[in-house]
Amino acid sequence: MNRRHKHSRAIERIIEGSLVVCSLASILILAVIFIFLFYEGVPAFRDISPHEFFLGTVWQVQAVEPAYGILPLLSGSTLVTTGAMVIAVPLSLLCSVYMAEVARPALREITKPFIELLAGIPSVVYGFVALTVLADITYELTGAVHRLNALNGALILAVMVSPTIISISEDAIGSVPREYREAAYALGADRWQTTSKVVFPAALSGIMVSIMLGLGRAIGETMAVLMATGNAPLLTFDILSSVQTMTAVIAIEMGEVTFGSTHFHALFAVGLVLLLITSVVNVTAEIVLQRFRSVRY
Amino acid sequence: MSSRLKEGKENLVERTKIQVKDLSVWFGSTQVLRGVNLDIKENRVTAIMGPSGCGKSTLIRTLNRMNDIIANCRTDGAVLLNGRNILDSTIDVVELRRKVGMVFQKPNPFPKSIYDNVAFGPKIHGMARGRELDELVERSLRDAALWDEVKDRLKMSALSLSGGQQQRLCIARALAVEPEVILMDEPCSALDPAATAKIESLMVSLKKNYTVVVVTHNMQQAARVSDFTAFLYLGEVIEYNDTKVVFNNPSNRLTEDFITGRFG
Repeated sequence: MNRRHKHSRAIERIIEGSLVVCSLASILILAVIFIFLFYEGVPAFRDISPHEFFLGTVWQVQAVEPAYGILPLLSGSTLVTTGAMVIAVPLSLLCSVYMAEVARPALREITKPFIELLAGIPSVVYGFVALTVLADITYELTGAVHRLNALNGALILAVMVSPTIISISEDAIGSVPREYREAAYALGADRWQTTSKVVFPAALSGIMVSIMLGLGRAIGETMAVLMATGNAPLLTFDILSSVQTMTAVIAIEMGEVTFGSTHFHALFAVGLVLLLITSVVNVTAEIVLQRFRSVRY
Repeated sequence: MSSRLKEGKENLVERTKIQVKDLSVWFGSTQVLRGVNLDIKENRVTAIMGPSGCGKSTLIRTLNRMNDIIANCRTDGAVLLNGRNILDSTIDVVELRRKVGMVFQKPNPFPKSIYDNVAFGPKIHGMARGRELDELVERSLRDAALWDEVKDRLKMSALSLSGGQQQRLCIARALAVEPEVILMDEPCSALDPAATAKIESLMVSLKKNYTVVVVTHNMQQAARVSDFTAFLYLGEVIEYNDTKVVFNNPSNRLTEDFITGRFG
């Protein structure tokens, strides 16, 4: 009896230990990535002044006098990501409310797997569709100068992030306790009032999480955006212009760069900026969520 | 049974607020209520008691059409509120639920501030705003005997309150839309004895201005708070009379067995 007790204690300890190792590993990996990017990115500033890098308006690596200004890439990423979120968030939230509150269960059972399947399509396939089909449509409809432009990228990105937002928001809305709905109905609220004033606010923290995850995916997405946006590093705020995102520039140029060159380090510096941006987004999301929770509970 | 029931009824001089006539309710193919007849008197507390699964909750939820939410629910018969049949399809359910408020078994305040919980009903019905709304909220909280405990923290989350306070908040929330009838579905079953005592005394004080219907599986509670008691068994009203009569001199053997704790 005593021995068995000791035995189970030992197993407990092994399990606990391995869980600690797993959670520490994720921190360690993140730290290593950060250090690596830092280590390879910072040498860029031996040849490029921080002023030129952060405030330079031209990214021109092939020229005789190469220019490494990150602003065009930042503007490209910002345009495409913002555009995608502006399109995706309202549509996805309406869709999730419909699925969770209005749609008959049978319909929900059919549509939900399809929506989740959308999240599983490889991004290169989305990119291909954007490059060949969607580009023609946006080009025709908007009369843009460039056939491949930021709007095209934003549209395809919106389709790509929607499944994440819809699926997680729908779960959040669906898990709002039935008691809240009953309380609202019993007070004479109609269905719309119940949904908009009780259910939606109660699900808000989950909805925020879904939006932040979608945003994270949008910022980090590379292949589809690369194929859809035309890859011209122009500093612009025109959604109908060709742009190049930070992710795309790394993906395209990293393959041909001389190892250890200024260009090489500059791409790492871009990667470092990208990582900082996504970290800020995540931390902001976390803070927002904490605040929501402290208000509500 | 019927002679005593009739005799009891004749003694009642109160105005009837809700008249339930031959009410039957089915969920799918299961019949939950079987031809229920009940006269609920104005400004009185009426208790509906009975063992689990006898249809108490279904009966009370029919009185404000909350069963509408359940997909395969079917009703037959009539429920007259102030003489109008509320089961009629032309009845405005929103208007009905304003007149017939409800408090649930588990306290279910919204995850909003105390103030916003009480203000919810008045706001969606456009009843009051600004100072007027503040006054309505205060009045409702006072009527629910909660004002003194929460007046300094109206902006705090309702979920920070204790279970008993939450339930009184739910009562305040129901009172804020100025209903005529308050339905309570086992309002104390999730509460400790002290909180239960508060809610019980509240029920008694509420009957001055409201008609109160309370479902309970707790006989002592029915005996303490109610003026009339209905005993429901397997979807039928076995006995309905003055509470004193039901408890001291029940006409039906089943009622007696239930009251004396032989089953239930």
